Amino acid sequence: MDNGLARALRGLGQQVNSRIWRLGYASRFFLAIMLHSGTSLRRLHLTLREVYFTGVLSLIIILVSGLFVGMVLGLQGYDTLARYGSTEALGVLVALSLVRELGPVVSALLFASRAGSAITAEIGMMKATEQLSAMEMMAVDPIARVVAPRFWGGVISMPLLAALFSAMGIFGGYLVGVQLIGVDEGSFWSQMQASVDFREDILNGVIKSFVFGIIVSWVAVFEGYDAEPTAEGVSGATTRTVVTSSLAILAADFILTAFMFTGT
Amino acid sequence: MAFTPIFAGWDRLMEKPVLLESPAVNFTGLPGVNMSQESLVEIRDLNFTYDSRPVLTGINMTIPRGKVVAVMGISGCGKTTTLRLIGGQLKPTSGEVRVGGQVVHQLDADGLYALRRRMGMLFQFGALFTDMSVFDNIAFQMREHTDLPETMIRDLVLMKLHAVGLRGAHSLMPTELSGGMARRVALARAIALDPMLIMYDEPFAGLDPISLSIVGELIRKLTDALGASSIVVTHDVQESLKIVDYVYFVSEGKIVAEGTAEEMKHSTVPYVHQFIWGEADGPVAFQYPSRPYGEELMERAARRG
Repeated sequence: MDNGLARALRGLGQQVNSRIWRLGYASRFFLAIMLHSGTSLRRLHLTLREVYFTGVLSLIIILVSGLFVGMVLGLQGYDTLARYGSTEALGVLVALSLVRELGPVVSALLFASRAGSAITAEIGMMKATEQLSAMEMMAVDPIARVVAPRFWGGVISMPLLAALFSAMGIFGGYLVGVQLIGVDEGSFWSQMQASVDFREDILNGVIKSFVFGIIVSWVAVFEGYDAEPTAEGVSGATTRTVVTSSLAILAADFILTAFMFTGT
Repeated sequence: MAFTPIFAGWDRLMEKPVLLESPAVNFTGLPGVNMSQESLVEIRDLNFTYDSRPVLTGINMTIPRGKVVAVMGISGCGKTTTLRLIGGQLKPTSGEVRVGGQVVHQLDADGLYALRRRMGMLFQFGALFTDMSVFDNIAFQMREHTDLPETMIRDLVLMKLHAVGLRGAHSLMPTELSGGMARRVALARAIALDPMLIMYDEPFAGLDPISLSIVGELIRKLTDALGASSIVVTHDVQESLKIVDYVYFVSEGKIVAEGTAEEMKHSTVPYVHQFIWGEADGPVAFQYPSRPYGEELMERAARRG
């Protein structure tokens, strides 16, 4: 019994120890990306290529999801507001929900699944097939040439995707609220314009999506670079990217919202 | 002859020594490199331990200039580790590796990268960049390390591809290549900057007999044409003994025999004999280390009562 307990505690300690060690390693890796980002900025085409692969190719899933989320918000929002006789505030409800919360969070979760997993798989496969080693042997730093452009590509793409998600969501809310249910179009848009504040609502949403972009891209490139160089290792790393970055997004969302919360 | 179409332009290529004198590639006289000395790579008393497990013990090797040297041994004996130590991807536990007179593990990052620009490496399965065409794979180093105009890079890349018989395949993607073709493209990439040292990690693994013979011939001819030194890590005895000047046999991280290819063929060292003639049992045991089977059976029977 004592032996079993001691073994369990040792196992727990080892787990905690290895997690902390890995977090430290990931932090050093982040620092290395920052130090080697000069290449990504000097040779902008490397980063723009990644913006295309992570951003442009994620457009379909982001836009379609944004449309449906906005349409659902329109339906649910109308149902709730009708109870208080304030259905003309539907535009405000849809817009604030999207730009403050749902836009950055849902688009970040979709981005982690679509682009984050792809980045991890690509870097992991490059490692497994010795492409990263080959690059090192050619006197080209893989962190500068492969990792940093993908990281910055993700960081740049994320706020743009979140903005498009929110815009598409508002359009979805308009389609359902105004065109389908018959909420007054003038009230829908004018109340939205009057109530949505640029600094408090839009800028905070952009800050959130920027932070989520850093989180997803960091987790994705780190997991890919640190993956076991086998098919199983790469698949495990891809799964870890989605799980870790999704949880990190939700935790960071709470922290950021708490900091941004003014209570007014 | 099987090589005729591949080497159709070889003589012309050698008459115009483009491989040796192209502006991107002439490294003689670069600082820190002692070009006059006899041996290009010297390994002295090299020990390497991984996770407290000794991988290499007391390795001493000399790779002369202009020669092809093979490092042979069974899988997991430490051959590839030796290459990684020469390339500076690993640091020795003790001892030293000198390349061109410089101690590799004492170089800083810039010095190491400067040295690697004068090395070429062919990886086991080519390690071609899968998101780039054949052309871009070979142009990669030229674009990264030189300011050559694109027209000159194009000429150089096509020359390298011509040397390995794949000029016509420059627009293909790596996924469209056969195993042998991929290995030849990787070889062209390894010599892209006309290195002084070319390292080959299992260049013959998984190749059909024709591709195997082509790659073997290319290793020999490119080494001679470039005046480079080559280190071939392999366990393919027949093909490598045809092309190499000197052989080191490694077993369990130690050099157990060395000599010319001819000497090795007639070696009486049990390990070398077993390796060259592919015998199932010998110093490299057929059975994975374990307790005597009879002893285990008796113990199990006693436990059952």
